[in-house]
Amino acid sequence: MELLNALALFANFVVVPATAYGAQLALGALGVTLIFGVLRFANFSHGELMSFGTMVTILATWFLQGQGIGIAPLPTALLALPVGIAVTVLMALATDRFVFRFYRRKRASPIVFAIVSVGVMFFLAGLIRIVIGPDDQSFADGARFIITAREFRELTGLKEGIALKQTQMFTLVIAVAVVAALFWFLQNTRAGKAMRAYSDNEDLALLSGINPERVVMIAWIITATLATVAGTLYGLDKTYKPFIFLQILLPIFAATIVGGIGQPVGAILGGFVVAYSEVMVTYAYKKLLAYLGPEGWAPEGLVQLLSTDYKFAVSFIILVVVLLIRPTGIVRGKVL
Amino acid sequence: MFRPLILAMATAVVATAAQAEDVKIGMLQGFTGPTESLVKPMALGGELAMQEVSDSGLFLGGRKVVSIRGDSTCVDAAAATAAAERLVTSENVVGINGATCSGATTAVLNNVVRANGVVMISPSATSPALSTIDDGGYFFRTAPSDARQGEIIAKILDRRGIKSAALTYTNNDYGKGLADAIQAAYEKAGGKITAVAAHEDGKADYSAEVGALSAAGGDVLIVAGYLDQGGKGIIRASLDSGAFDKFILPDGMVGESLTDNFGTEIDGSIGTNPGTDSPGAGMLAELASAKDFKGDDPYVPEGYDASALLLLAMQSANSTDSAVYKDHIEKVANAPGEKIFPGELAKGLKILSEGGDIDYVGGSAVELIGPGESAGNFRETEVRNGKFETVKYH
Repeated sequence: MELLNALALFANFVVVPATAYGAQLALGALGVTLIFGVLRFANFSHGELMSFGTMVTILATWFLQGQGIGIAPLPTALLALPVGIAVTVLMALATDRFVFRFYRRKRASPIVFAIVSVGVMFFLAGLIRIVIGPDDQSFADGARFIITAREFRELTGLKEGIALKQTQMFTLVIAVAVVAALFWFLQNTRAGKAMRAYSDNEDLALLSGINPERVVMIAWIITATLATVAGTLYGLDKTYKPFIFLQILLPIFAATIVGGIGQPVGAILGGFVVAYSEVMVTYAYKKLLAYLGPEGWAPEGLVQLLSTDYKFAVSFIILVVVLLIRPTGIVRGKVL
Repeated sequence: MFRPLILAMATAVVATAAQAEDVKIGMLQGFTGPTESLVKPMALGGELAMQEVSDSGLFLGGRKVVSIRGDSTCVDAAAATAAAERLVTSENVVGINGATCSGATTAVLNNVVRANGVVMISPSATSPALSTIDDGGYFFRTAPSDARQGEIIAKILDRRGIKSAALTYTNNDYGKGLADAIQAAYEKAGGKITAVAAHEDGKADYSAEVGALSAAGGDVLIVAGYLDQGGKGIIRASLDSGAFDKFILPDGMVGESLTDNFGTEIDGSIGTNPGTDSPGAGMLAELASAKDFKGDDPYVPEGYDASALLLLAMQSANSTDSAVYKDHIEKVANAPGEKIFPGELAKGLKILSEGGDIDYVGGSAVELIGPGESAGNFRETEVRNGKFETVKYH
């Protein structure tokens, strides 16, 4: 019984939140890694692209809610997601057409691209604040929980409950579906193979008749889609606030680099490594140890490795450790 | 393109010149940032008092009062200082109603108020540190110190038989000061604070903070934060994970947007915020509803009273010079004298101009003690059916 309680406690405060967070980071990191694989630069505007996609999805959600259209008990945002994706794809293609293409033709170095992407990031951040403002927006509707902690406790008779939110479930299901579709696309379709060829050797790909602009376009379409899905899931699960997409960029980059930059499998692994580290390092194990230890005993302190204030520092620490020990990241080899 | 602009500027200059005799009061509040939803009615309350004095025609021989707004933000001391500097040096305000948050108020007090010798009355800065700060006699507040709120919260917890609580606070002067006050008072009353954890505002996810607090346990969670910011996130994460379902909500957390957000999910939670059952509060609420804002929102009475005290003190001193009228503020705020309630400022001005004495009560039953701060009246509320309902006054 005590062991089950400990497991439930651990699941509720570590496994469930970290898994959902990991899936969100993985989707974000996939977008960063894809742009790196194809266009060879670190895209700092990815966080704001996520924010932009979420914003459009929210606007579409509000419109649908206003019309009384919904898919209760599922969140309306899922219905609005295609609109968000479409507009974000257009935005990504527009920034490529008007900003990145210019530097690509000049064959600018990756560092120039990275700085340009910072400029795009600020532009998008400003645009988002003009359109929707800097405030918090809650747009999650439908049933919030699949099972609440209290229901779980009553159902099982345990002292600890596991709360499972609908959004956490969605995050996982959609993330798995999107990732599977992406891998199938890269491995099995002509466009996917062309993209991998282009990423592997640009000149050789050109000689074999691959149209580089088309490859770039597809890369942006996929990236914008991933960004919108990741941002919307993050917003549904937590809350939408433009400011946080600047902060979430750090764990996303950490995930990308930990996994091996340019490696889709690595991005997913990296996302979960970063998420689990953040949550596990800052979790206080007092209650868990009390369940596992002898009857009636509890540790004096909170048994917490790092105070939650330092949550973001965890990403930095992982980054530094990976760069020192295994600079290539978890997954080595050719990108994409 | 430019001509209309120049024209507009010229008109503005002419307009300012024509109103040179107006008495300008700075309304230095956190219009943007963590307190933006709290401040809107507060500023309107403060301006309501100015309007009333202005319209009476009795103020310093019929002078008008205008409000000049400045954004003190809440967390950015540099922005607050710059805004105050502008109000004092280029707008030439003769008194300041502000600032909103304790950190910003301290910065303005040290850098602008003392340097320029302008009276400032804050309606909402509640940090205990402001009680002992060297203010040169220029700083007052119509809000009580958090040390007092800490005692009230300890008393409420004790009365309700709540023996242990976890405590989280927003990581700034206000949050830290209040958390220390609550912890000290509660432990003195025999309660147990199981864990204290700071939270940063402006994050999306607080499940890690809540996880740590829940590991420590406790009957309730005391959230000394802001209802639009981290405080809301902490409550969301607590409810989602089932870690806590009852919360103690000090003043920064009491507001409609919280109950709009959580509804009946936080039923049974207890809020405290400055408030009184004196007839003044109801009178102010009536005045405010005529102007389409809520006079009983947190700190609105204090905002009204801060403006009223500034202007009444000027009338009593027959001067807009801060160095002169600063000594009259406690005189008009405290007994003896005729009691003055909201909406009766004209009566107060008249008595003062005839050399009489008044005891300003206002919307918050203000009584200045010690270093020029309100003794404080607190309202205890409980969330029932998704609404804050008044339980009693302390």
